[in-house]
Amino acid sequence: MEKDMQDPLIDIRHLEKGYRLSSGLWNTRHRIVKAVDKVDLKILRGETLGLVGESGCGKSTLAKLIMRLESPDGGDINFKGDNIFDYTGDALKAYRRSVQMIFQDPYSSLNPRKQAESIITEPLIIHKTGNAKDIKERVFQMMNKVGLSREQARRYPHEFSGGQRQRIGIARALALEPELIIADEPVSALDASIQAQILNLLVDLKDDFGLTYLFVSHDLNVIRHMSDRVAVMYLGRIIELANQKDLYANPLHPYTRMLLAAMPLCDPSAKKPEKMIRGEAAIDDERGCSFKSRCIYRIAICEELVPELKKLGERGLCACHRAAEI
Amino acid sequence: MSVLLDIQNLKTVFHTARGTIRAVDGVSLSVAEGETLGIVGESGCGKTMLALSVMRLISANGRIASGSILFQGQNLLSLSEQEMRAKRGDDIAMIFQEPMTSLNPVLRAGDQIAEAIRLHQKLPKREAQALSIEKLREVGIPDPERRARVYPHQLSGGMRQRVMIAMAMSCNPKLLLADEPTTALDVTIQSQILDLISELQEKNNMAVLLITHDLGIVAQTARKMAVMYAGRVVEAGATQELFSRPCHPYTLGLILSRPSMDDPSHHLKTIPGTVPSLYDLPAGCRFHDRCTCAISRCTIEEPELMEFAAGHFAACWNPVSGWSAK
Repeated sequence: MEKDMQDPLIDIRHLEKGYRLSSGLWNTRHRIVKAVDKVDLKILRGETLGLVGESGCGKSTLAKLIMRLESPDGGDINFKGDNIFDYTGDALKAYRRSVQMIFQDPYSSLNPRKQAESIITEPLIIHKTGNAKDIKERVFQMMNKVGLSREQARRYPHEFSGGQRQRIGIARALALEPELIIADEPVSALDASIQAQILNLLVDLKDDFGLTYLFVSHDLNVIRHMSDRVAVMYLGRIIELANQKDLYANPLHPYTRMLLAAMPLCDPSAKKPEKMIRGEAAIDDERGCSFKSRCIYRIAICEELVPELKKLGERGLCACHRAAEI
Repeated sequence: MSVLLDIQNLKTVFHTARGTIRAVDGVSLSVAEGETLGIVGESGCGKTMLALSVMRLISANGRIASGSILFQGQNLLSLSEQEMRAKRGDDIAMIFQEPMTSLNPVLRAGDQIAEAIRLHQKLPKREAQALSIEKLREVGIPDPERRARVYPHQLSGGMRQRVMIAMAMSCNPKLLLADEPTTALDVTIQSQILDLISELQEKNNMAVLLITHDLGIVAQTARKMAVMYAGRVVEAGATQELFSRPCHPYTLGLILSRPSMDDPSHHLKTIPGTVPSLYDLPAGCRFHDRCTCAISRCTIEEPELMEFAAGHFAACWNPVSGWSAK
């Protein structure tokens, strides 16, 4: 297909995942909510792919599918040419080692009864990476890398601040020398002055270890700062995918425009965009474009036909019937 | 514009098993009629406790140790509990971060608002209910007759916050305390809620004390702002002025650590260290051990707010370059 592109580390094809939703205590009517709806996405080796969207858009489900914490209803994810959902036994274990995750909430993603050292050690033991002495050395090396001191090894999570806990989570993820890191809202729970420290750390570690990031966030400022390419997700679908610069300078999809207009700017003299932000993400009609009820550009075709994610000139991909004209 | 709320040297302390903490430690602020004052700070800086002190809703292990809170010239701290109850809701209302936990889950949305109305106005139940539907319409809830009959869990986060606002607005308060009103919401919903608050503010000539950790929100909604750190106001003044010429190194640090649109570098400026524990505050200026401008005086003597330019106050012995020390 696109031979000139860098080779993809992860290649997601027509991925689908739905959840059954019952609408009441005694109600037996169920409906399927498609958290991930025919998603095609490549994560290129060495890049940071930003995945942005509002709550419920399916970005965390997509992350879980890549982690193989969920199984899909359809489609596949290829890792170095193999479908990850075919992996079993040692191959699965090896995959799990290559793909690690950093979670949003450093308070709930660390075992409160374990010391920092054993939290970081655990994956090394599970994957039998060496003898006790090697492992200990590796743990101290990782702690040092993420900015924690050797003296802090014996402390429990509650003795650390939020930022330090996130550093422990990062050390744990990096201990196994993964290739891909999925960072799911890694700084959202942190204070402003600490966010910058963690973002800088993630940038440095990427260079040091040659990592690939899938950076999931709802914060457009953070996504912009971190990403090479950005995918925008809305109600289970990727609706726009472009280089970071293009996407922010010239957003194509009406939803991306709305997101950017809603982003609070750190500039009191900036003029607020006129009211183009309306409605809430909700599936009230399964036909046609999922964004149609909030869209100011909608025409008849949007009611009927789901727009395909199409290439638009040199500019990247956009799923909108009117992308070329608006 | 006349002063509506005038807080002078307010100190709120909490007694806990680990010792006494001064959550609000000598804060002086004033809000004029109809104006928005933004209060920014990181977690634990005392911004929520400040609002709760104004409402006199401090939990049992805490108390307002000294200072005064003048509302329309009357000291709220000298009112009896009964007189204070008449003020709450009627003159001063508050909305919170997480509307799901502040709404009663077993009461229909309309009934909750009607209850609030009937606490302050002698109205028959039916009229209060009719008024509650009117209030829901005012906050932009579509189909208010139907929405008045649903329970909070049946509403989206944005709709719940609108219900909270409708309840807060039910008696046309003169002052609205908004504590992180949009933190739990998506960015497009956030923008709509902030628009709604300013719209209602203008219509009712209501003052708003907007508490947030997000500098962008303050930049776009508040004409005046105050920055809090570890229980104290460290800088206050016109928002435009504080963003363009910050005086306190902490304010500058906060502004610079935010990923911004026009900064292409991959390293963010950071504020070293973490927010100090209120149990163990450093001597002198509370920020000195994280401050790049600290001089020896900062480690000994705590600075008070000083006026560096007309209406621009900061508590700093050695301000950011461009400003001369007082």
